[in-house]
Amino acid sequence: MALERILLKGNEIIGEAAIRAGCKLFFGYPITPSTEVVEYLSAQFPKRGGDLVQAEDEIGAIYMCYGAACTGNRVMTASSSPGVSLKQEGISYAAAVELPMVIVNVNRCGPGLGGLGPAQSDYFQSTRGGGHGDYRTIVLAPSKAQELYDFTMDAFDLADKHRNPVILHTDGFLGQTMEPVWLKERPEMPQVDRSWVVDGAKGREKRVLASYSLTNEIGEANNLRWEAKYKHIEETEQRWEEFHTEDAEYLLVSYGTTGRICKSTVLNARKRGIKLGLIRPITLWPFPKKAFEPLIDNVKGMLTVELNTGQMIEDVKLATECKKPVHLFRRQGGMLPTEHEILENLISTFNLTNEEA
Amino acid sequence: MQKIFGRSAGLTDVPFSFCPGCTHGTIMRLIAEVLEELEIIDNTIGISPVGCAGFSQDFFTNDFIGAAHGRAQAVGIGVKRSLPDRMVFTYQGDGDIAAIGTQHAIHAAARGENITSIMVNNAIFGMTGGQMAPTTLEGMKTSTSPYGKNTVTDGFPIDMPKLLSNLPGAVYVAAVSVDSPKEIVKAKKAIKKAFQVQIAGLGFSLVSVLSTCPTNWGLSPVDSLQWLRDNMMPVYEMGELKVTEEVAKL
Repeated sequence: MALERILLKGNEIIGEAAIRAGCKLFFGYPITPSTEVVEYLSAQFPKRGGDLVQAEDEIGAIYMCYGAACTGNRVMTASSSPGVSLKQEGISYAAAVELPMVIVNVNRCGPGLGGLGPAQSDYFQSTRGGGHGDYRTIVLAPSKAQELYDFTMDAFDLADKHRNPVILHTDGFLGQTMEPVWLKERPEMPQVDRSWVVDGAKGREKRVLASYSLTNEIGEANNLRWEAKYKHIEETEQRWEEFHTEDAEYLLVSYGTTGRICKSTVLNARKRGIKLGLIRPITLWPFPKKAFEPLIDNVKGMLTVELNTGQMIEDVKLATECKKPVHLFRRQGGMLPTEHEILENLISTFNLTNEEA
Repeated sequence: MQKIFGRSAGLTDVPFSFCPGCTHGTIMRLIAEVLEELEIIDNTIGISPVGCAGFSQDFFTNDFIGAAHGRAQAVGIGVKRSLPDRMVFTYQGDGDIAAIGTQHAIHAAARGENITSIMVNNAIFGMTGGQMAPTTLEGMKTSTSPYGKNTVTDGFPIDMPKLLSNLPGAVYVAAVSVDSPKEIVKAKKAIKKAFQVQIAGLGFSLVSVLSTCPTNWGLSPVDSLQWLRDNMMPVYEMGELKVTEEVAKL
């Protein structure tokens, strides 16, 4: 089949990718700047097979996802920062019952009601579990339209593969921007074990999907099992993009929208003789520690570029064991940095000489 | 010898773990019998909440999903939308459905979701140790209303079935009790009809069952039944509160 190229808004691309990934169920609640996801699917599902509920609130939506995921069908919800806060309770339950589902967070700025501008201030919320209890969610961070499409599809596959919630962590800039995208069809969904699903006990013993552990012994056994799964995911699913890192003396570390801006910064720096490279994490959890291992000896310093007070910088320091200095350049409250601002900050932060700069 | 009474095929052989005199066991047995009689045990998915009603997942022989506090109906809706030909019921206490999960109850009914909810109303939070619920009666002493529920500061009892029966999507709403054999027979009929409504695809159905909590009420099992009759029945409207024309034809 010939590839089709279309122009859609970022949030609509997520909806289109979900349908093509075999998602038949969506439960959501409108919130800017994520609303086009629920709007797009409201228009498309009746024509293309699928069911959608505009729930009473985000809590209702996430538990509808929980119920649908228990049956083994592909399910998604989408929201934005304050809405995702409401979903955290249900995400914790979904992690405990090990349910595959995709949760889209089109980040806006917070805390509180915040504003509608792009932000990355939900990094901790996405990567630390967010809800109560000791759990992790796989977190994918696209930086352009094609990745919104591709990573949405990947998110469903990863959710199924590891029986775990997956967060597509994007922002208001990407969600609201129109860009062309290649609509790739997935010929078939990966075969995964569905022997755990609850769909009526016809011809088999009853099944129960629940997270209550009656004894401490069962509780610890559960936590150990989940821990082993998370360790396996950490080992096998780290993803990142490298950009001019081979000879890099300085590294930018940035994801999503700012990761994209940083590419221009790298090219500008290179024109001025600065050996700058970029590591763009694609999985925010598991954080791509492996990206830094072969580079760290040759690197003099790193600058994380974030739309928050400095959240990912903690993971960079952990990943590099603080072997080299790590600094932060950030904008907040919905503001985006320019490629020049980032470069100027790099030069001043590391006192780059005229020779280097 | 002819066997005239036995355990329903809808129940496992796990012994009920409820306090003496609690009527959860009676209500679960009625549901199990209905599932058996309608031949839908292996086509039904139950949703259990938190609290004493949460143990339901152990006692039934059909598939079950454990939900979080108050969220059973949202979970049930997700299941039903995913597998529309399966039967879905929630088994929830009054704390679950009339306090933390009120929004889900109202909107499940408003949307006419084709699920069945069984609400067990003992006017109290049972498992957490007898705290005040929205269903606690005026003047009733609980561990968080030690001087008696004061409607000025604590509000009035919520009659959940009455509230939900006002919504067009709720096609069958009944309030029953299990305090006597006569009431138990009526309760079973209501529960059966609630499932028949779902089988026919007519919309949301709810059966509220008045229940006892001898442990937290501080009464004997027998006195609890009398207390229910004397105090709860006058406050909560009983009987079939909502039967649409289509349901009446069933």
